[in-house]
Amino acid sequence: MSITSLQAGVNTVTEARTGTTTRHPAPRLRRGRRIGLAMLSPSVASLLLWMAVPLAMTVYFSLIRYNLLYPGDEPFVGLENYHYFLTDEGFVAGALNTLWLVLSVLAISVIAGVLIAVLVDTPFFGRGIVRVMLISPFFIMPTVSALVWKNLLLHPVSGVFAAVWRLFGATPVDWFAEYPLLSIIMIVSWQWIPFAVLILMTAMQSLDQEQKDAARLDGAGPLAIFRHITLPHLARPIAVVIMIETIFLLSIFAEIYTTTGGGPGYDTTNLAYLIYSQALLQFDVGMASAGGLIAVVIANIAAFVLVRMIGRNLTDKA
Amino acid sequence: MANLTIRNLHKVFEGTEIIKGIDLDIKDHEFVVFVGPSGCGKSTLLRLIAGLEEVTGGHIYLDDREITDMAPARRDLAMVFQTYALYPHMTVRKNLSFALDLARVDKAEVAAKVAEAARILELEPLLERKPRALSGGQRQRVAIGRAIVRHPKIFLFDEPLSNLDAALRVQMRLELARLHQELNATMIYVTHDQVEAMTLADKVVVLNGGRIEQVGSPLTLYHHPVNRFVAGFIGTPRMAFLDGRVTAAEASTVSVALACGPEYRLELEGRGLKPGDAVTLGIRPEHIQVCEAQASPFQVTLDVTEHLGADTYCYVRTDSGETLTVRAPGDFSGRFGDRVGLLPDLAHGHLFDASGRAMPKPGAPAQAA
Repeated sequence: MSITSLQAGVNTVTEARTGTTTRHPAPRLRRGRRIGLAMLSPSVASLLLWMAVPLAMTVYFSLIRYNLLYPGDEPFVGLENYHYFLTDEGFVAGALNTLWLVLSVLAISVIAGVLIAVLVDTPFFGRGIVRVMLISPFFIMPTVSALVWKNLLLHPVSGVFAAVWRLFGATPVDWFAEYPLLSIIMIVSWQWIPFAVLILMTAMQSLDQEQKDAARLDGAGPLAIFRHITLPHLARPIAVVIMIETIFLLSIFAEIYTTTGGGPGYDTTNLAYLIYSQALLQFDVGMASAGGLIAVVIANIAAFVLVRMIGRNLTDKA
Repeated sequence: MANLTIRNLHKVFEGTEIIKGIDLDIKDHEFVVFVGPSGCGKSTLLRLIAGLEEVTGGHIYLDDREITDMAPARRDLAMVFQTYALYPHMTVRKNLSFALDLARVDKAEVAAKVAEAARILELEPLLERKPRALSGGQRQRVAIGRAIVRHPKIFLFDEPLSNLDAALRVQMRLELARLHQELNATMIYVTHDQVEAMTLADKVVVLNGGRIEQVGSPLTLYHHPVNRFVAGFIGTPRMAFLDGRVTAAEASTVSVALACGPEYRLELEGRGLKPGDAVTLGIRPEHIQVCEAQASPFQVTLDVTEHLGADTYCYVRTDSGETLTVRAPGDFSGRFGDRVGLLPDLAHGHLFDASGRAMPKPGAPAQAA
């Protein structure tokens, strides 16, 4: 085939192309889309790398025996790590503790949040300052608040609670020894009630005053107004609080690390702390990776259930 | 029976007196409309009657019962709110039955009352819907239905039509008038729209600055306003006010020289006036005729004209700089800047003294605010 015939072929192709361009805008559109893809691809690719590489590494680590104490000895062991992690006595305890922690903090923060939000909705002197103070625990970092609780509030000798107990002649309680999980729940609730208050307080402001007036004329007392008007109005923001808090509460770590260190025994070990202790206290990266993947599965199950239960009512337009 | 009596009612909000002593009698089956400019206290007065605000001073009686400090629910009143205030998470049926459910009324009776209200308001096909699936007019009807099911002694309406578009407003106005006949109920209605006031009311209460200016039938207010405020507030376009001085005052005629030129003799009781007193002549746009400039001593310059089809509203400026509105026939063809004459119908003229009080007309019903 000679060069001229090739050129002729190119010409016919370009002609055909321009022909279609005049009739349909499709090629230009396709080109626009290609540019768009090209512009997007760096971010998509980096996100993909960001997610896929660690995931792949974790999957890989979870399938080998990988203990930092025995470098160089890393044979493929199949699902052995998963088997050991799931049958470890810490797993059941950790899963139950995670469940308890999430459920109790959710219950406490939602109930207290609703009550506080309703309480500060009625105007009183100094309401602005009270509102700011109610929100402020949320801005204290978890390690700091855990240390404050551990050393200033719950300490059996120098804590505020101990002083109160002594004032009434009672024996001070050694909170972290006698009620370890309850203590953690108290600390985490203290941190997350402000979040619930913040969301619900703002939601209260959008409650139509005329609706309350109408309910009063219809014969509803304060309790009936709360039950029939306020609570239904807050249903949606409560759903938001539950969803967001669940995501964060599943991975509580700093509070446990700074106070009890997961103990006594496995009493305050949740899944996040269990994985940490596998990897960095027992140096078994393989088993920690297996635990991490199991935690990912559990978190996804929780997310799925939440979205099915609550998410639908969120997208439902008012 | 539903006779509402209000005696010397006061309301103070954070040091500001909103309601400054109101005495009012509302009789059984009356349709009473509170009307007035924004901030005149008409909505506050309604909320005081409903019990949604605390009374600062004075008394409210419903029949022989004093209800001044009674809880809103026990007053036997029902209110329709401006924003409808439907309960958004309840179906229409539940919205209607909410008050009865709270009062633990027998289930069958509740169902019967809801069905009755739904029939009256043609809400039957909507009973299982939530408020957000309803149009503005339908929501309005549900709000009214919520009042009907309770069989209250008095219905209170707080600007119920102000959120509806113009066409729907006219339709709902007719429905309200029909409802008043059908239920034979006592209704108190707050509005700033004087067309609603004029068309619906048996009795209009004109409020201004927390006080009652005048109480009367719509036509009484139109023909015999007791003062300049009522005269200016009732009637569209607004009544024209022309400043002048009394030149002669007798028992049944008053002569007034207007600042803009002409001198007129009015058939009014001139007692209390003496020559030289400053007065204001008020004439409604529909009681002035436009003529050739030479045909009248009252000559003005034509400003903008608005052609509405049936009528033409001419805005004119007098030589002394006052602007007034004149209603001319629809085919009026004056141009901007033309000189025209005006012929006021003095039988419909009102004369106000320096304090704004209207001079009584012979044959006018003797009454006070």
